[in-house]
Amino acid sequence: MSEEFKLEVVNPEKSFLSKEDVTEVVVPAFEGEMGILKDHISIISFLKPGMIKIYSKLGEEKYYVEDGIIEFKNNNLSILTSSIFNIKDMEKSKLEEMLRVAEEDTAKDNISDQAKYLIDQKIEVLRTIN
Amino acid sequence: MASLDDLKKRIASVKSTQKITKAMKMVAAAKLKRAQDSAEKGRPYSEKMNNIILNLSEGISDKENAPKLLSGTGKDQIHLCVVMTSDRGLCGGFNSNIIKKAKNYFSRLSNEGKELRIITVGSKGNDQLKRVFGDKIIENISFKNSKNANFFDAEKVSKIIIEKFQKGEFDICTIFFNQFKNVITQIPQAQQIIPLKTDIDDKEKSEDNYEFEPDEDEILTNLLPKNISTQIFKAMLENSASEQGARMSAMDNATRNAGEMVDKLTIEYNRSRQAAITKELIEIISGAESL
Repeated sequence: MSEEFKLEVVNPEKSFLSKEDVTEVVVPAFEGEMGILKDHISIISFLKPGMIKIYSKLGEEKYYVEDGIIEFKNNNLSILTSSIFNIKDMEKSKLEEMLRVAEEDTAKDNISDQAKYLIDQKIEVLRTIN
Repeated sequence: MASLDDLKKRIASVKSTQKITKAMKMVAAAKLKRAQDSAEKGRPYSEKMNNIILNLSEGISDKENAPKLLSGTGKDQIHLCVVMTSDRGLCGGFNSNIIKKAKNYFSRLSNEGKELRIITVGSKGNDQLKRVFGDKIIENISFKNSKNANFFDAEKVSKIIIEKFQKGEFDICTIFFNQFKNVITQIPQAQQIIPLKTDIDDKEKSEDNYEFEPDEDEILTNLLPKNISTQIFKAMLENSASEQGARMSAMDNATRNAGEMVDKLTIEYNRSRQAAITKELIEIISGAESL
């Protein structure tokens, strides 16, 4: 029996990515990283800033996301996000710029704890990529 | 009757107008293709979002304590209407159709004794509404500088709406926009976004029980504002496709009308030219005869 399921990543402008043959997807869910295999229970969850790893026969692909929602149902995984980048295509200068903005944001003291937590997450992930 | 010279000038001027309308039609056609593309590409996101919210709202156990954006304030006294139009004219009935639809809705509201607030998106709608409903317009947003509809702009609009909702400035929010059907048909739509109206189709009701992480309430509170941005973005995409479609057919008509006018004027011009020649001939002949 095949171990593959369907993945669709959409952002508001277009359908970003669509694959029929993924074997495992690791997403940065709100309460920790979550690996999804075939026949996972139906789930809806949030994403926090982090890396999405997609495994298929052809190998591994990595994407950086800042936010989003995932829905898994009947072996269909949908990821809705407004900010997703393929790590391969990310330029170093842009990365540094994002990191700089995030560091400025976290230095402000008028942000809520939750927002601060998310920005810290973002910085951490950006640093690992960089 | 107009003199030959006048006719000649008029023909020239109609011809140059025709050139302009023809060029505008071409530009609109090119833009339409792009706008239509992005409207189609944007659909999966809003559909998926809708689906998730539908599944969520079904799964919610405690309807009384559901977020206000979903269940409403429990009143329907103050209505906020977001009228989305274009920033540019010369697009046929595009803007007037939205305005007409909105005005109908407004007058129904005032007959029922409800209060009305208006936000206009796009300067053309503001121009048309401010004469009659000027005192009701609380905000006017325009994205003249954005080339294409983008999600960032949509988020700005939804932020304003949500802020006002949280302050309790209105109970029900409806957006007005044109839905793109094809180049000649655009359907003005009124869509209620707060509280969320879900057309639950019994067939599509899922039997599955979802697992939520974190819990339903938290997901909903985060998701609903996003959904509003998404709906507004969808409306903006539909609107921009409709605008280009409407402009294209309007300009096509204008070009054709100008062509007909040139034909008519040319016939008139030739007739009067012939008449002038005949008249001259008669004068010469009768002059010769009298000698």
